This record gives sequence, structure tokens and C-alpha cells, in this order.
Amino acid sequence: MSQFAINLIFVGASFALYIGIAIWARAGSTSEFYAAGRGVHPVVNGMATGADWMSAASFISMAGLIAFVGYDNSTFLMGWTGGYVLLALLLAPYLRKFGKFTVPEFIGDRFYSPTARLVAVICLIVASVTYVIGQMTGVGVAFGRFLEVSNTTGLLIGACVVFAYAVFGGMKGVTYTQVAQYCVLITAYTIPAIFISLQLTGNPIPALGLFGDHAASGEPLLAKLDAVLLELGFAEYTVHSADTLNMVLFTLSLMIGTAGLPHVIMRFFTVPRVADARWSAGWALVFIALLYLTAPAVGAMARLNIVDQMWPNGTQGEPVSLAQIESDPAYQWMENWEKTGLLGWEDKNGDGKIQFYNDASPAMAERAAANGWTGNELTKFNRDILVLANPEIANLPGWVIGLVAAGGLAAALSTAAGLLLAISSAVSHDLMKGQLTPNMSEKNELLSARIAMAVAIGVATYLGLNPPGFAAQTVALAFGLAAASIFPALMMGIFSKRVNNKGAVAGMLVGLGVTIVYIFLHKGWFFVPGTNSFDDSDPLLLSIKSTSFGAVGAALNFLVAIVISNATEEPPAEIQELVESVRIPRGAGAAVDH
Amino acid sequence: MAETSASDKAYWAANIRIVKWCMVLWLIVPFGFGILLRPMLSGISVGGSDLGFWVAQQGSILLFLGIIFFYAWRMNKLDAEYGVEE
Repeated sequence: MSQFAINLIFVGASFALYIGIAIWARAGSTSEFYAAGRGVHPVVNGMATGADWMSAASFISMAGLIAFVGYDNSTFLMGWTGGYVLLALLLAPYLRKFGKFTVPEFIGDRFYSPTARLVAVICLIVASVTYVIGQMTGVGVAFGRFLEVSNTTGLLIGACVVFAYAVFGGMKGVTYTQVAQYCVLITAYTIPAIFISLQLTGNPIPALGLFGDHAASGEPLLAKLDAVLLELGFAEYTVHSADTLNMVLFTLSLMIGTAGLPHVIMRFFTVPRVADARWSAGWALVFIALLYLTAPAVGAMARLNIVDQMWPNGTQGEPVSLAQIESDPAYQWMENWEKTGLLGWEDKNGDGKIQFYNDASPAMAERAAANGWTGNELTKFNRDILVLANPEIANLPGWVIGLVAAGGLAAALSTAAGLLLAISSAVSHDLMKGQLTPNMSEKNELLSARIAMAVAIGVATYLGLNPPGFAAQTVALAFGLAAASIFPALMMGIFSKRVNNKGAVAGMLVGLGVTIVYIFLHKGWFFVPGTNSFDDSDPLLLSIKSTSFGAVGAALNFLVAIVISNATEEPPAEIQELVESVRIPRGAGAAVDH
Repeated sequence: MAETSASDKAYWAANIRIVKWCMVLWLIVPFGFGILLRPMLSGISVGGSDLGFWVAQQGSILLFLGIIFFYAWRMNKLDAEYGVEE
């Protein structure tokens, strides 16, 4: 059977499963649509949160970014898990006690102001749409490869699929579908990692194999990797070479953003009790950690495998020849991925061989001159293809490749669906029903939710055709926006009785405004290429890249909110009582709609 | 705010104390050991690299798990002590 047919079977079977579950658990009421009737067990909720959370960025993109940079990109690992501590300790139990459906609802009630709710809706939509753009990038890569079409066609097909099932599900359908998606994506991620770890280190646990010995050479795996990279003029894998200030701020932005993203926070509205909200955050991180502890091993081992393939006779020997790439089945993956336009090579000096090295490194100049090399010949290697190509690079059996295809799509689709749900509930519940047309019927509310989803996916697809970065980088921008706008408002709403409506509104507007302008200055206005005034390689402020600015935006949000609140009147007594009651778990009860 | 009982106030103060200690760990380990203090810890080798590298790629995640489960366990106990559980 051809690889194409195997991929179709795996992807088709997993989709049939999700759609079946979505139809079985179709949401009937608005309560089920937004919060699954609040009957979800913490472990189940944790697993669904894991699927919701781990998107194309975690599954498809992250290990590739770590592989090509090494230690400096550990920021993704720490940032995207550390945020759960903030969620569990500072937000989840209190928001569950508050007992409403959406994030803007909490902000609107706590800051006794429809304006605050409206501003929260805007913040939520801006962050979520940016996030969906990143997902669409990943979906484009995955569909492009497995349907053997161009990246753009893959993106358009993916958009139709995401739309079809997000629209019919709602939270209840999405929760159980996401449990299935979690199982598919974690199996798909760990199985090839286990195979590769066994091949390279003999250890079946990739996280331990990463710190174990390389079986072929007997040296520690990381030391071996550092050595071969150095011989090709690349930076050593384990060395800290990035700017430290930017690294710290980037990690912090990802952490705070995690605790400010509406689709994750919404998850904690669906558990029965406050105590369950605390456990839920822990279970979510257990399921997330299974992937995150494996990802650095996937990255390092893939990097070593790529070097081995390009230098089959060792880094001091002869590089791989064009003839071998064309005829040897071990190099079939290169031809497969070339079709997507995301991988490319060129025999610049016409010697019939492909030299893969860092041509910018002065240390390589002598060797290049002696061998007649005229530059690196593995000219294009999109970071986002690494995880999907990984089983092919390691020559794993066809079914593993099919499984990874299904897993990557599960990751992208589950997150896109969760985000679309958050966007649609913000528009229909907070904007339409909450402000514009309070007397709207339940039926019309669900209808407007679905229309909002369709618009959001259209915008994200359009912008996804020219994404501002690799999937994980685009997603990082969304985290910066969420960090700068939503998290500070939520945290101050719980931990301060003094912050009032004016302070909160001004804080959110300043946080979001400054961050979005900083991002647009570096990435182009509305992400349109060429309209940027600065570049992340030489950013406007110190060494702070646009992806790291969220932490600064969050600090400004806190500062502005506290200064303005202290200069204006105290919140009314009933609001201070509301804050008191949110802090005590007693009497949470079922959620109330208004 | 007369209706806030002394016991509820004490419960909140106890909660804040626990949160503070957890947040200190949350800040020191990844940002300290994983990034800023890594050069000082480079003498401690862990499987082909050093402690800071391990903390950045594995240790932090394990610590975060520990913090969250500790907090959930400790707070659920605190709820019972103050009689504020559901």
C-alpha cells in the first residue's frame, strides 16, 4: 500500500471518530454549548484541556524550533507549562467560584461596567484570532504534505474542515471530541519518539534518552550533537547564545499569556466544584507534560538524524550525493517534502553532492575553499516540517507516518475549535446578548455564535496565507496579546478590592494597545508583509523582540490600572463583597446565567 | 464590609501565604537555575550537559507539576480546616 493511502486511512479514521463523537454529544442548550452543563470530571477535563492547549504550535512547530536552535528555545518549554502554575494558583478556583460562562462576563461584573466587558471582548478576539492564524499555518503544512498538494491548497482544505466541525459542536461536543483528540495526538507524538530514542540511545523513554549515551559512538548524546554541529560551523546545541533579557521576557510572556487565554480559562468553568478546578489544572499539566518532556528529545534527536543523513560518512567525510538522494529510499522524505515547497536543496557548485553546513561561519571558510564549496546546499528547511517529517527521516514504518499525520491534524483542529468557541461565545453571549440585543432568543444566540465562528475562520485563513512567522512564533504573538490585556484584569479583579472600573478599562486598553502597536511595528500592520518599520533582529526597545513584549505590556497594564484606581473612587460596597465571596469556595453551586 | 468574618480573613491570609511561597519557587527555578544562574551551575553535569540545561528542558516542567498538585492538596485541606469547602 502506498504511503499516501496509509495516511488517508489514518487521517480519515480519526476524523470519522471525532465527527461521530461530535454528533453523539451535540449541544442542545446554551449551557451545554458554552460549559458542557458543568458535569465534567477533573481528569477528563484535564485531558480535554491538554488537547485544547496543545495546538499545531506544540505538536508540529515547537520541536522543530528547539531542534534548530537548541538550548535558547527552551523558553517555549518553560513558558508554555509555567503558565499553568499561574492558572491554578491565581485564577482557576476563583473564576469557577464566580460561576459564569465567559471571561468578559467576569470582567464586566467585577468591574461593574459594560465598557469593561466590551474591552475584554475586543482583547479576547484580537488574541484568539492571532492564535487561530498560527493554527492555520500548521494545518496548511500538515494537509499540504499528506494530501501531497501545495501549502496554500492544504490551508484552504484545512479551513473547510475546521469550519465544518467547530460550527456543529459547542463545548459539550468539543469536550468529548477533545478527549479522543488528546489520545490520538499523544500516541502520535510519543510512538515515533520512542522508536527514535531506541535507535539512537537504546532507551525507550525519550526524555531519559536525551540525557543518555549515543549508542553508535558511546558518547553522551548531547555531547555528540554539540560536536557534530561545531564541525559544520553551527552553534553548539546546549550553549546559551541568545540575548538573556529577551529570553526571560519571552518565557514570562508565554507564561502570563497561558493564564490569559480565554479558551483555556473557559475550561475551568466546566468542572463541578472549586476543589475540582484546582485539581483540573494539575491534571491538564500532567497530560501536557507527557508531550513537553518528550519534545526536547524529539528536537535534539531529529537534528542529529538530519546531520547523519546529510553526512552519511561522518561530518569529516564525503557529503551525501544527489544520486543517492534520488535513488536511496532512505531519502524519499526529501522528495516528498520538496513538493510542499517547504524543503529545498540546490547543487550550487555542481559537484553532484549536497553540502549541509553553516556558510556564515568564518570557521568553515577554509574547509569550503579547500573542497570547492560555494555555500550551504540544503537551502530551505522550514522548521514546521520537522516533527511531521521526523518518522520519515528516521525510516520508521509507514503506519507511524500515518499516525503522526492524524496527530498533527488533531492538535491543530482541537485548538482551532476551542478558540473558535471562545470567539463565538464572546461575540454572541457578551457582545450581542450582553449589550446589543439583550432579548435575543437562545436559538438566535446560537446562530450568531456560529456566524461569528465563520467570520473568524475566514479572517484567520486569509491572514494564514501570509503568516507572520512559523506556527509557534505566530502563536507566541497571541500569547503576548493575552498576557498584556486579559490576565492582569483577571488577577487584579480577584486579588485587589481597590481596582475599579476606570483603572481596569484603562489598564486593558493600554496593555493591548501598546503591545499590538509594538507587534505591528515589527511584523507589519495587520501582519501585511513589508509594512513594518523595525525588525525583530534589531528591535525598537533594547533587545526585546515583538514576541517577548507581552510581559512588558502586562506590567504596563498593572501599573496603569493601579495608578488610575488609586486616583479615583473606591469600587462600590457590593463589588467589594463580590470579591470577598469569590475568594471563599463555600457555596459555589451551579453557574447562573443572567 | 462587616459581614466578612475573622475566620474568612484568616483563611484568605493563609491562602496568600501558600501562594507566595509557591510563586517564589515558580520564579527562582526556571528563571534562576534555568537561565540567569546557569553559568554558576555549569560545574554540575547532567548526562552530556549541565544542570541548567536539564532544568530548562525537563526540570522546570516537573517542578510546575509538583507546585500545582501541592497547592491543590494543601488548599483542599485548608478549606476543610476553615470549614469553607463546598
